[in-house]
Amino acid sequence: MGDIFDLLSHGFIQRALIAGSFIAILCSTLGVFLVLRRLSLIGDGLAHVAFGGVAIGLLLRFYPVYIAIPIVMASSIGILKLIAKARLYGDSAIGIVSSLGIAIGVILASAAGGFNVDLFSYLFGNILSISTTEVLISIVLSLVLLVVILCFYHELLSVTFDEESASVSGIKTERMNMMLVLLTAVTVVLAMKMVGVMLISALLVLPPVTALQMAKGFKLTIVLSVVAGVLSVVLGIFISFVMDLPAGATIVILNFLFFISTLVYKNVKTGIR
Amino acid sequence: MSLNIVSAESLCFQYNSVEVLSDISFHLEAGDYLGIVGPNGSGKTTLIKLLLGFFKPGKGTISLFGSNPLSFRDWYKVGYLPQKINAFNPHFPATVKEIVSLGLLSRKKYPKNINKSDEPAINSALSLMDVSDIRDELIGELSGGQQQRVLIAKAMACEPELLILDEPTTALDPETREKFFSILTTLNEQKKITIVIITHDIGTIGKYASKLLYLDKKAIFYGSFDAFCSSNEMSGYFGEYSQHLICHRHDDKAAHS
Repeated sequence: MGDIFDLLSHGFIQRALIAGSFIAILCSTLGVFLVLRRLSLIGDGLAHVAFGGVAIGLLLRFYPVYIAIPIVMASSIGILKLIAKARLYGDSAIGIVSSLGIAIGVILASAAGGFNVDLFSYLFGNILSISTTEVLISIVLSLVLLVVILCFYHELLSVTFDEESASVSGIKTERMNMMLVLLTAVTVVLAMKMVGVMLISALLVLPPVTALQMAKGFKLTIVLSVVAGVLSVVLGIFISFVMDLPAGATIVILNFLFFISTLVYKNVKTGIR
Repeated sequence: MSLNIVSAESLCFQYNSVEVLSDISFHLEAGDYLGIVGPNGSGKTTLIKLLLGFFKPGKGTISLFGSNPLSFRDWYKVGYLPQKINAFNPHFPATVKEIVSLGLLSRKKYPKNINKSDEPAINSALSLMDVSDIRDELIGELSGGQQQRVLIAKAMACEPELLILDEPTTALDPETREKFFSILTTLNEQKKITIVIITHDIGTIGKYASKLLYLDKKAIFYGSFDAFCSSNEMSGYFGEYSQHLICHRHDDKAAHS
């Protein structure tokens, strides 16, 4: 017990736990809508764009998150426009935008050469190196996005269940879709520092699919998803520190173990019935 | 003179320069029960989508409660059960109550949220379709017939004046289908709700609907089922034998009811 208090006395652990928990709540909540809309891969695609945005930020010597957020938001709208105007399937549109983003990032990293270490911290994430400013940004943006989700909860649920009948309920479905991808864009940039570009989609997908194994209602699914997400982040931070493992990857592995556990539990329970 | 709930006049629609519907005219007053029938690709769903403002007509006009559907705002007057809902995600993690409550959103101003004060309306919709006892079940775990009742409860939650259903009985067995049509008849006769239903089952819908619109990219027939059965024009179109089978089946069902 004393060891845990020792760990908690470290400023970098406190910062990681606070920022990580807020981002986990946000990712786990938003992820439920994305998974059910079969938009799971959008997180992965936008993360690749974020990589390009970070590279531009580092090249211009601006704080990378401030550059990445508008670029990723614009790309998320670009994905929607490609689906609607070019009549592409969602996965094709995501593929185009994400490969473009990562290509730009690689070219800029190669051309500049000097910021590869910084870029790698965004590529693979390191929540234990998060600064106080980044903690504040994570808290404020997470709270703002969660309030938006709460305000539009029933409209998002309606569009997620059936877009056509939602439209006949007077819901502006295009606006809802736009809002969902913009929320995802900001979330992806926020989560980038925690688990890295390569693993962001795991935070958006694994807690929701874990919760779906035990779903007894939509609200309860979100609650369970949040519990799985926060628990994986908190345990992941402690385990990674104690065992000297990369924090982002540890969080993702824990999320996967939660998913497998609930899947096995569900199948055993169903088998017993 | 009563206001037309739905009115279409010389309605035409093209998609990618292909004529999908041409010269469709029909009018519905409060309490009408219209069955829209026709072969696959005859334009039935397109007609409904024009009525709901999903598409813009090429020529002619269509109105919903006297308004252009593209600028229509009073969506609480319309309950809608779309065709593809039959294929919704069977693992969708919402309860019956959560789904039915979404039907109230059309009556809400911004922000559109459901709260405790909506409980009586939700309970009323659940009772109307006799799904109160399964209110806490997940919709994906219900039978096809139960799911359809839940989805109609959702469409009925806002107490609409017009109920539009696009092939709602496709996934139902014959017994459940009969029960389903009885429920619609009750809503039409007791609650005076105007009903528009798309179906392939012309014989069954003839037993219930007050009007029939047979489409095949244009209106082949528009009138009552009795007029359909006695129409020489329809004898020519379907062949006397097919027309007899459709109408005879209707007579059989009517005799059993």
